[in-house]
Amino acid sequence: MGKMKARAAVEKKVLLSGNEAIARGAYEAGVKVASAYPGTPSTEILENLCTYEGVYTEWAPNEKVALEVALGASFAGVRSLAAMKHVGLNVAADPLFTAAYTGVRGGLVIVTADDPEMHSSQNEQDNRNYAFAAKVPMLEPADAAEAKEFLKIAYRISEEFDTPVLLRTTTRVAHVKGIVTTGSVETSSVKPGIEKMPEKFVMLPSNARKRRVELEKRMARLREFAETFPENRMGWGDRGKGFITSSVSYLYVKEAFPEASLLKLGMVYPFPEKMIRDFASKVEELYIVEELDPFIELHVKAMGIRCKGKDVIPSMGELNSHIVRKAITGEATKPQFELVPIPLRPPNLCPGCPHRGIFYGLSKLGVFIAGDIGCYTLAALKPLSAMDSCICMGASIGTAFGMEKALGKDSLGKIVAVIGDSTFIHSGITGLIDIVYNKGFSTVIILDNRTTGMTGHQPNPSTGVTITGDTGTGIDIEALCRAIGIRHVYTVNPNDIEATQKIVKQEIERSEPSVIITKAPCVLLPEMKKRKDKKLYIVIPEKCTGCRTCLKLGCPAIEWAPLTPEEAKKLGYKETQKGYSRINAALCDGCGQCAPLCKFKAIIVAGEDNG
Amino acid sequence: MDKTANILLCGVGGQGILLASEIISSALMNAGYDVKQSEVHGMAQRGGSVISHIRFGKKVYSPLIEPGSADIVVSFEMLEALRYLPYMNKKTRVIVNTQKILPAPVATGIDTYPQDILDRLRQRGLAVFPVDAFETAKSMGETRAVNMILVGALSAFLSLDEKVFLQVITGRIPEKIRKVNTEAFIKGRETVSALQKKKTKQLRSN
Repeated sequence: MGKMKARAAVEKKVLLSGNEAIARGAYEAGVKVASAYPGTPSTEILENLCTYEGVYTEWAPNEKVALEVALGASFAGVRSLAAMKHVGLNVAADPLFTAAYTGVRGGLVIVTADDPEMHSSQNEQDNRNYAFAAKVPMLEPADAAEAKEFLKIAYRISEEFDTPVLLRTTTRVAHVKGIVTTGSVETSSVKPGIEKMPEKFVMLPSNARKRRVELEKRMARLREFAETFPENRMGWGDRGKGFITSSVSYLYVKEAFPEASLLKLGMVYPFPEKMIRDFASKVEELYIVEELDPFIELHVKAMGIRCKGKDVIPSMGELNSHIVRKAITGEATKPQFELVPIPLRPPNLCPGCPHRGIFYGLSKLGVFIAGDIGCYTLAALKPLSAMDSCICMGASIGTAFGMEKALGKDSLGKIVAVIGDSTFIHSGITGLIDIVYNKGFSTVIILDNRTTGMTGHQPNPSTGVTITGDTGTGIDIEALCRAIGIRHVYTVNPNDIEATQKIVKQEIERSEPSVIITKAPCVLLPEMKKRKDKKLYIVIPEKCTGCRTCLKLGCPAIEWAPLTPEEAKKLGYKETQKGYSRINAALCDGCGQCAPLCKFKAIIVAGEDNG
Repeated sequence: MDKTANILLCGVGGQGILLASEIISSALMNAGYDVKQSEVHGMAQRGGSVISHIRFGKKVYSPLIEPGSADIVVSFEMLEALRYLPYMNKKTRVIVNTQKILPAPVATGIDTYPQDILDRLRQRGLAVFPVDAFETAKSMGETRAVNMILVGALSAFLSLDEKVFLQVITGRIPEKIRKVNTEAFIKGRETVSALQKKKTKQLRSN
């Protein structure tokens, strides 16, 4: 990042993911301001867009701010973009619903990247419902090539109809690479500058009521537009079965039923009712194929049209061509090879992860751990099993405080909130204010690993580094907590498990709020990968008693070597010893968290005297 | 070629499967095919099992390979080849990196790593092409070149000219590690070509 790449001006075939294509589309649409908060599967949009010249890009502290920045840029008369994952739009819903009233000056597009199947999310909400609820048009591309073109179309619709436009992708659009033809950069006819338009931009009730009427007029015009919109298109084949579909579901239908008649909706809201009626009347059996909610289906049924939909098509998880074919024909092709029982391979905290030790310590204390969203959510898995709740960004602090208020003094020493640095900035700060303001005694642990880890290491406000690599003022989390009114703030090195545990024990018993900041960089950051002083830890085999304490850390580098009684005897162990631990040198990152846990001093730094 | 062909790459997060997928897909595009390649980011990459679907042909619709329809599977780790059996059929050619990466339940002694993986694949009538990519990469002084060895191994099954791949690698890999990655590609390609010849001979002598 930071470097501006040379870009092809026109007409070149390139292989791009949906997200890369959206970035390219934003560039070609002449977008001037783009703001986002990282979240799978949307992150790469801004990561790519920041490499194009002439676009201001930023990581915002959260999605609400990202949308407000984009809306402000639109008010200033330039084309702007806000990008987020599906749950991010919940955070940004407040400005979204009223931006539908104000409308825009420069084109405004909000990309929502949904995650059916929950590959990397806490729910699989269907954000098409936001288009209906907020009264905003929504486009749905099926692949990377469409993603780029639809984004450009979205800007034209936005400016022509004076509305924000939603563009919805899913994981199988955002993270699917396909062939895209690059185009030239277009310019908007809107003139940048400050224009005072209080009736349009100041949503006092008296103004909002007028805009409410305008909003309905606009939706009526958009419904007319939908009837002739070229990306709502019919393809005629066998008229025995007809399909209404959109997004990647269209591709699954094409694959499963190449001969069928199709109505593909490029715009899923508002609906082209005449077109739907016309299509339905010309096919014998009508199917609606869509992932997640019966969004199109409910609308078609509300029009009084008979169709099949969620009675056969699953409403949970992703679809694919196999599922679609099976659902409709009832033919289950049996795979030639069945699944075989083999060891699972769950994701895990990396070797050397600075988060591991704190969760190990907390699991020992038996406290209720109100967790949050990030890599560290993986601490919920065995063997750490050190997270008892995880809801949404920032929820750890509020839920811990709520439990404390419910249980009163009895809960002292029994509950902690654990939250990452980026998540704290995103929406943890207000929770902390609640604790101070309403006289709580919660203990909040902020895991400060100097990056936004799970989404692929984006800098965040506490690092002070921007998306393009510029350094600025980092938010001092410790000073921020003190300014909020937390009197007991500690910064500790989480790789020192014993010292950290001492502070945690002391603070959870305190009848005042406290914050413990565990500060150690993520080991996947380039500066950590390159460090020269990396130590290698080893197990002295003859000292290992097979007690398995080190294995409770769940470090991928620590392996268990099982022994039969004969083998144990042969190696000089007691016959009853079931095995011993060893450290995989290829994986050990040298954090040293394991060494002090070994009561038998069997874990040492390679090449150092065991003393 | 009208029928869409399916290549499934599987392995463990961190093995360079996404870069390998990108190189294969770019080479296919440059050779004139329509291509779609699907992968998953985020949670799945923290040492978990990873798969990537590559589909190519005249016109590709679905980005996902259907169960039982992978033409070629490249397993970057031995155990993962078994995990994705339902994607294979009797004609699937399976390239297996014989490197073992212990999953957490095995490393912590809760479960054991299956001993007879290649046999279990062969018993099902699958054509198995074992490649010791980790040891090969290690001997070349760059363990991170495992993925390029496997791209080379896969290339032996595709009708694309070797040059198409080498051009993509040259364009995509930073200069510092370009040479070793190019050599890794060639080594992988040669290994599987040799195995192919051996198999053809065996078939003839049978």
